[in-house]
Amino acid sequence: MAVEAKVDPMHQFAIEPLFGSSNWAIAGHNVAFTNSALWMALATVVLVVFVLGGLKREVVPGRWQMAVESFTGFIDSMLATNVGPNGKKYVPYIFSLFMFILFANFLGLMPLGLFGIHPFTFTSHFTATGVLSIMSFAIVLVVGFAKHKLHFFSLFVPHGTPVAMVPPIFFVELISFLVRPFSLGLRLFVAMMAGHVLLEVLSSFVISGGNAGPILFAVAGVPSFVLMVGICALEILVAGIQAYVFALLTCVYLNDAENLH
Amino acid sequence: MPQISQLADTYFSQVFWMLVFFGLTFFIVGRGMVPKVMATMADRNQRIAADLAAAEAGRAAAEAEQEAWFETEAQQRARAHELVSAAKHQAAQATYTSLADASARIDAQVSAAETRINDARKAALGEFEVIAADVTQDIAQRVAGLSVSADDARGAVKGAFAHG
Repeated sequence: MAVEAKVDPMHQFAIEPLFGSSNWAIAGHNVAFTNSALWMALATVVLVVFVLGGLKREVVPGRWQMAVESFTGFIDSMLATNVGPNGKKYVPYIFSLFMFILFANFLGLMPLGLFGIHPFTFTSHFTATGVLSIMSFAIVLVVGFAKHKLHFFSLFVPHGTPVAMVPPIFFVELISFLVRPFSLGLRLFVAMMAGHVLLEVLSSFVISGGNAGPILFAVAGVPSFVLMVGICALEILVAGIQAYVFALLTCVYLNDAENLH
Repeated sequence: MPQISQLADTYFSQVFWMLVFFGLTFFIVGRGMVPKVMATMADRNQRIAADLAAAEAGRAAAEAEQEAWFETEAQQRARAHELVSAAKHQAAQATYTSLADASARIDAQVSAAETRINDARKAALGEFEVIAADVTQDIAQRVAGLSVSADDARGAVKGAFAHG
């Protein structure tokens, strides 16, 4: 074998500047238009096209309009059940959040490698998911303090706490509250990265098994490939679930800010 | 792990483009399109509710109409029944009257006929008397050679007729 096949499962997460933009900078900070940024742009464009297709405003909706309306209805009912009537005003934000993450996850799973394009899942970067989670957390803080002023701190003291227990409970609740943006962003990042690493590792088994001869290919390569197919299906499920979890937890946190206890 | 090894070089670009594209998504899709989609849904639901209400009102109206019609029908039936029984009564009375007329007429005719029959019988009996008296006169002439007057013969015959 002339070239030793080497599959680096982490290489898919590498960020590379595109179109010679590596020197773009704002206020001394590098803002290169990377492959990550390209897929953010693609997610935005695909999402805009998708929702635009549902904007025909017909009384009897077609399939596309029905699909878009079922998504908005889904977000609307999620906010209605988790936040109540006050949650209506967050529909644009939660919808954007859910759909943006969903489309990013799905686009990253597309088998575009067959056409020589390498999909990049920017939700597998905590720098990207962190922006979304900090944004959600910031909205919770702003809404909470704007609506309840310093009463918002009563969120950390559940009803019926004995007076002696108030300081430790407050401390514990405060910690759990402050951990929220990290858990929110890291959950999505870890779930997406783990799935993609797993797929890459299994595909490396298929490739090196194939290179090592027919016996090893039959023993290791084929089962790995079958497993990959199953895990691809699982990853599609995870892509939806993680977007849902992110949106749902944001709703739950918004409920704390809107209604306290 | 590029997420960490490239962190220092890429974090600002990542955050920047994330804000740019999520911001675009939020303002174009979330703020621009989603309210329109939701308004369409709300309009539709409202329209469906209005249509359902109209249908319900129509049904109630139809039921009221039917109820009124049933009532009218019952009234008309009752009136028809009255008319029929009145007509029956009238017809029965007319029949009775004409029957009485007819029987009176027939009775009159019958009694007139009886009178005529009696008269005829009496007349016939008178003839018989005359003939019998003539025969008696004749017989007395031939057998006994007696000449009996017509009045005597008559008287003799009359007695026989009266007893006979």
